[in-house]
Amino acid sequence: MPKILILLVHPVLEKSKANQMLLDSLPLSENITLRDLYEEYPNFFINVKAEQELLSNHQIIIFQHPLYWYSCPPLMKLWIDMVLEDGWAYGPGGNKLLGKKWIQVITTGGSKDAYSKGGFHGYSTEEFLLPFRRTAELCGMDYLNPFLVQGTFQLNEEDLQKESSRYSLFINHLLGSNYE
Amino acid sequence: MNELGFFVQALIYLTSAIIIVPIANRLGLGSVLGYLIAGIVIGPFVFGFVGTEGKDMLHFAEFGVVMMLFAIGLELELDLLWRLKFWLLGLGGLQIILTTAITAGFAFGFGFHWKPSLALGLILSLSSTAIVLQTLKEKGLMKSVSGQAAFSVLLFQDMAVIPILAIFPMLSDAEVTTSSQGHSLIEHLPGYAKTLVVLSVVVGIILVGRYLLSPFFRLLAKSGNREIFTGASLLLVIAISVLMGAVGVSAALGTFLGGVVLASSEYRHELESNIEPFKGLLLGLFFLSVGASMDIPVVINSPSKILGIVFGIIFIKALVLFLLGLTFRLPLDQNLYFSLALSQVGEFSFVLFGYSEGLGLFREESIIILVACVAVSMAITPVLLLLYEKTFFGLLESKIPKIHSDQNIHKQENPVIICGFGRFGNMLGRFLRSNGIAITILDFDADRVEMLGRFGFKVYFGDPTRLELLESAGLEHVKVLVAALDNPEKQTELIRNVSQHYPQIKIVARAGDREDAYNLKEMGVTYIYRETRETAVQMGKDVLKILGTRAHTAEKAKNLFLKHDDDTFHELFALRADRVQYMSHAKQRNAELERLMFVDLGKEEELGRDPWSEMER
Repeated sequence: MPKILILLVHPVLEKSKANQMLLDSLPLSENITLRDLYEEYPNFFINVKAEQELLSNHQIIIFQHPLYWYSCPPLMKLWIDMVLEDGWAYGPGGNKLLGKKWIQVITTGGSKDAYSKGGFHGYSTEEFLLPFRRTAELCGMDYLNPFLVQGTFQLNEEDLQKESSRYSLFINHLLGSNYE
Repeated sequence: MNELGFFVQALIYLTSAIIIVPIANRLGLGSVLGYLIAGIVIGPFVFGFVGTEGKDMLHFAEFGVVMMLFAIGLELELDLLWRLKFWLLGLGGLQIILTTAITAGFAFGFGFHWKPSLALGLILSLSSTAIVLQTLKEKGLMKSVSGQAAFSVLLFQDMAVIPILAIFPMLSDAEVTTSSQGHSLIEHLPGYAKTLVVLSVVVGIILVGRYLLSPFFRLLAKSGNREIFTGASLLLVIAISVLMGAVGVSAALGTFLGGVVLASSEYRHELESNIEPFKGLLLGLFFLSVGASMDIPVVINSPSKILGIVFGIIFIKALVLFLLGLTFRLPLDQNLYFSLALSQVGEFSFVLFGYSEGLGLFREESIIILVACVAVSMAITPVLLLLYEKTFFGLLESKIPKIHSDQNIHKQENPVIICGFGRFGNMLGRFLRSNGIAITILDFDADRVEMLGRFGFKVYFGDPTRLELLESAGLEHVKVLVAALDNPEKQTELIRNVSQHYPQIKIVARAGDREDAYNLKEMGVTYIYRETRETAVQMGKDVLKILGTRAHTAEKAKNLFLKHDDDTFHELFALRADRVQYMSHAKQRNAELERLMFVDLGKEEELGRDPWSEMER
């Protein structure tokens, strides 16, 4: 069974129903490590060694975050800058992430229609994620399509239920994949 | 009583209590019943260890009741009284009126004249504050709906004793000879003057309590002598009792009043914990002597008569209370408990019977029988409650959904206690308060308590190393205890006390320096804060900035230093016994830190010039 590292990056998790719901629907498994980066590094002082060690011990890396200004929250960007070091993650000798999976679990306030050609934002969410895709590729990682929960401003209780069962199915599927 | 006799008496009383009370507790009977049984056992009719002086002892032991009322008063802040007004007047008032009317009616039916009937009704309508409160406290029911209802009723009854004492002489036909109870100094005065004197004494107590006692206690507190403070607490209670006795008002009521006046004082918790042990012992003695003075032959000779009266009274009182409970919408399980708990006749009846004997209201035989009935009814209460708990309570409780209507009468239970409110505690307190966290503050510096009080902080005076003080400040409800005492030994004692008796409470402790911090860690404290560390490093960060380091880099340097210092602290903790190894490791870590910081600040090239680093390579 592959080991999954979930890096949760949300500055105001206590106010996000959707993200909490996603966390609640995670299956109980020894193979899932959940790491709340804003809890771990409230003053943005990232322990690079510890983060790299965790990455080495897991095969599937999930970033769970909201979409802020068509990108990730600042701590995640800092994490990428600090942890994915030259010579470790990429560049000469940088092969530590080779073949690992990169998945983003993203909540957006706007709906899928808003994030589309002709919609309010004019581009699809996937298009906005191009820098992340390229980052993963540069590190030799296997970039998977993001898991999106969209239109969170309008979701009612029933919709949330649906999304959470979809999420736990998704994670279970990842756990079941015969990936080493 | 000669000196030896006194010690022998004490020996008998204490021994019986120590043997029987734990057994009674074990059997679930509660300590009140335990004391009563112990009293009967040593009384003149079983073993006869103590003789007729049981009655004298009762007199002395009534002081326990007085102290209990003082303690109740201390717990009563005026806003609580205000919140309870509806229950107090409604439930308490109706209870007395209805019970008095019905029991007086019965007495009249049995051939008493209407005046003694009314007197009897009034006496029997009172319940035993001592028994009920003790029982409720032991079962942890004080905060439940039934607990609050019972408390309101008892409070009203305690206050009603004064008018009852005033009415009794009017009910008496006989020319009032000097009563055996009231040796009051103002007997010869005309009625209006008596009222005036009583009123001015009460007002005097309130004024003295409000304006003179706090400075007085502050003066004593500054001496730092705990015994003197305890002495003063006792003196206060005794003084009020004597004063009230002198003007013919019940001492219990007077001290109750004194307690209420002092309830908002910063010395409240300290007073409470000073009185507590005396109160407990004297109350025990009180129940012991009630047991000892029970006229067992009377009970045995006419059991049906006594039992008839006792159950009659219990039935009437419980019925009235139950109906009132229904009217006031108590949940059924709680209502039954409440009705049964208050169904006995109270300790004030002993006083009132004595008083009415002097007034010639009842014949002596009637009084003997009635006093026996009262004692039996008191003894039966714990048994009734036990039976109820074992049978219906559990059944009903599970069937009735918990209603949270009791929440508004709950006293505010603060989740945080701060012990020591100097510079450090002060800052912390302000931070927590501005985040909406309710805190209880204890400090042993009289000046500081007074000064902070003026700033609107609710600070209590007291020595937090005493567990009783912490407990009366609500320790059981606390989630976090902040230990911020200046004296490291006191700090150690505080933490040891709390972690031993309340392991579930998280302790957050301030340490002076690294050695202090090691000691705290050794005691198992997880959250340790060296008071000057953060500020010093913060200052260092600013020095770096002034010298030209970029703000963000300086911030990183600060974080790196703190992180490294944390790690080193835990490493060195393990090595601290071996000084040589400790020093060498500490040096090594320091060098390592310097190197790290240089790399981080982009000054690697300077490393080459560092002689220490040269030696390392």
